[in-house]
Amino acid sequence: MDEHEPHAPAGKEHELTYYEQRVEAIQALLIEKGMLAADEVRQAVEDMDARSPAVGAKVIARAWLDPAFKKRLLTDAKAAIAELGIDVDSWSTLVAVENTEAIHNVIVCTLCSCYPRPLLGLPPDWYKSLNYRARVVKEPRTVLKEFGLELESGIDIRVYDSTADMRYLVIPARPAGTQDRSEEELAKLVTRDSMIGVTRARAPEGTTT
Amino acid sequence: MTAKYRPGDRVRIRIDTPAGHFRTPTYIQGKVGVVETVHGAFRNPESLAHDGDGLPKLSLYLVRFDQADIWDQYEAAVRDKLLIDIYEHWLEPA
Repeated sequence: MDEHEPHAPAGKEHELTYYEQRVEAIQALLIEKGMLAADEVRQAVEDMDARSPAVGAKVIARAWLDPAFKKRLLTDAKAAIAELGIDVDSWSTLVAVENTEAIHNVIVCTLCSCYPRPLLGLPPDWYKSLNYRARVVKEPRTVLKEFGLELESGIDIRVYDSTADMRYLVIPARPAGTQDRSEEELAKLVTRDSMIGVTRARAPEGTTT
Repeated sequence: MTAKYRPGDRVRIRIDTPAGHFRTPTYIQGKVGVVETVHGAFRNPESLAHDGDGLPKLSLYLVRFDQADIWDQYEAAVRDKLLIDIYEHWLEPA
């Protein structure tokens, strides 16, 4: 599945843009020639929409609880995630990077919108915007500040520009005060944006950040 | 296939604008960085994008740069890094 081009929305409630018209025309032709069934297209869209950051959150929560698993996740992310019973066969190569007290990682695709979709679902609009893509490589501290994350100068930022076959996943730092939390409780603290790296994981209720 | 570069090697990204599709952004062209990781061999996107078979496969590298080496007047006097995936034919020794 090519992840490099944005897909035209299935709904037709607005006037179609040039590229949407083109996609519509190609799709109609493929269906007419019997190379593709309309139901297959619908199902592919349904499958894509069904992906959500909950999958990524489960992986992160496990990594927080199990240091050996985290180590395997950092070494070979797909193999580690397959251990959780998740089917990774169709995935691009995945690289997990860990946020620590000294390093903060953030992900971008300056060329288009490469994104670990099986783990996070569809990328948010801002991730695909020219503004984010152009600026986060050049002034990451300013951009993160706009997201509400002000990093101390003692923390090094590492921006990953995923220009090729690899997809990157940030392992956010485990929040303080979560020693007694279950995997399910921890997963609720892991947000989509924290796995892109524009924020930290949520602080548990009853604590302050 | 054998990767030409190893982690720790200093490399310069070539400056080029080949016809058709390529995946080496201009902001990183001409800059000098250090090989962080050798990802392995992957099919050439410059061929795949134009209905080619992408062969022979190319070594793909994660290359690390100091932000201060990429941008004039980078926003902070810190050790911030930029890491980017680059195919081998875009690299030259530095």
